Amino acid sequence: MTTVARERRTPSWARGLFGFVVFLVMLEIVPLSGLVPSRYLPPLHEIGEALGAAVSEAEFWIAVGDTLGGWGLGLSIALGAGIVLGLLIGSSGLLLRFTASTIEFLRPIPSVALIPLAVLMFGTEIESKLMLIVYAAFWQVLIQVLYGVRDVDPVARDTARSFRFGAWSRIRHVVWPTALPYVMTGFRLAATVALVLAITAELVIGNPGLGKQIATARSSGAVETMYALVLVTGVIGVLVNVGVRLVERRVLAWHPSVRREVPA
Amino acid sequence: MTRMLSLLRQVFVVLALPVVLLAVWWVTSAGSENFYLPPLSEILTTFGEVWFSGRIVSDVLPSLLRLAAGYTLAALVGVGLGIAVGSSKALRETVEPVLEFGRAIPPPVLVPVLMLIAGHGNSMKILVILSGCIWPILLNTVEGVRAVDEVLVDTGRTFRMRARSRLHHLVLPAASPQIFAGLRQALSLGIILMVISEMFAASSGLGFTIVQFQRGFAIPEMWSGIILLGIIGFGLSLLFRLVESRALRWYEGIRLAERGGSPSKT
Repeated sequence: MTTVARERRTPSWARGLFGFVVFLVMLEIVPLSGLVPSRYLPPLHEIGEALGAAVSEAEFWIAVGDTLGGWGLGLSIALGAGIVLGLLIGSSGLLLRFTASTIEFLRPIPSVALIPLAVLMFGTEIESKLMLIVYAAFWQVLIQVLYGVRDVDPVARDTARSFRFGAWSRIRHVVWPTALPYVMTGFRLAATVALVLAITAELVIGNPGLGKQIATARSSGAVETMYALVLVTGVIGVLVNVGVRLVERRVLAWHPSVRREVPA
Repeated sequence: MTRMLSLLRQVFVVLALPVVLLAVWWVTSAGSENFYLPPLSEILTTFGEVWFSGRIVSDVLPSLLRLAAGYTLAALVGVGLGIAVGSSKALRETVEPVLEFGRAIPPPVLVPVLMLIAGHGNSMKILVILSGCIWPILLNTVEGVRAVDEVLVDTGRTFRMRARSRLHHLVLPAASPQIFAGLRQALSLGIILMVISEMFAASSGLGFTIVQFQRGFAIPEMWSGIILLGIIGFGLSLLFRLVESRALRWYEGIRLAERGGSPSKT
């Protein structure tokens, strides 16, 4: 029974903090102990020093800006196209039926398959990065919007029709509120995928950005810098996840799924 | 007779748009002078020549085997660890931030890191796929196990089910929809990682071959590679859905029944 009492006393954030500190300490001790050669995994303080050196240079911040810029632009294009096409296809039974097979075929095509084409057409210009990001993120959004439109309450739809709502106000007042939680799910998935593809493009194609910096650090043997940049991409990933969840909460504040989470 | 007709109509609905699109591609590219956009007819003839002349065995098969190895390992380790972490509240709260950080690192950056540690061979590529695929599987399993109905678990305890059979008959089935969601995310990640690990450093494999074609400006060959990758992505996701729908048939049934009962759903 004592364990139950103790569980109550340790708050979850303290445990999480403890776990994270242990993780950081291990990153320091394991290389120092010689368990893993330090040329494979340098101790944490060396990675930290490399990170310190990197962030004091303009080059690093330009790379971060390039990565985030490509991510944001690609994500916006995918969101816009996915929402518009999703509403269009979803509102028409005919379109939905005739496009289903094509969507199901195109969606699982890995966007990295487009890398050679993107390189030939755009080289290392931002368009090649955007091509990969948009292709990958678009399907995530489109599929969710289609789910959302399908979920519209038939009674609400018929009511709107009886009241002779025009197409626009039907979308605005009936379809959109129903689809919004799904749109946000698509947004969340697409944001993560877009970041993965942005980094991939920079690594493989050589578009300017953090991925390219990592590739350069590797080929010049700057192992500490490489690890430092990998950790930075992780931090960016966490920030993207947290930011997207904040937006989702904000946008859906009226929605029961979010309201319910607030303790009464 | 009406059955035949409705079947025919279904086939028509499925095939109409793809056929139209292919026809448009075929016609518009027919006399194409554009170096980057060769005629579809040329791409298709090249497709046969390129891939059915031994490359299936020398390039496609190794890629798929590496994917299978990395993905299977990720599934085993991810589900195993996920059950352990998900069953204990203390453990879960301790490791969750670290796991969230691990998942947030975009998996492709692991390619240069693992190249450093594991060289350029098969083991590096399998490790890349494993270390990228494991996060969605692990975190979804944790989430699924955590959300298992407490009454169910308590009932199992009351009936003195052994830990092992509780795991087998209660926890795993209850968590399986969530686990499959993780496995599905991991599959598309795995395909991406399979391709780019080969684009970086390899002497065989799909990713390697396609980049070789691109660097040598062998454009129809390159296009045939892109199409092959598309077919593989489509085929694997089809295969996955078959397995999933078989494994989760009971769950689909429940969900359908629930939906019928109360249409409100978020």
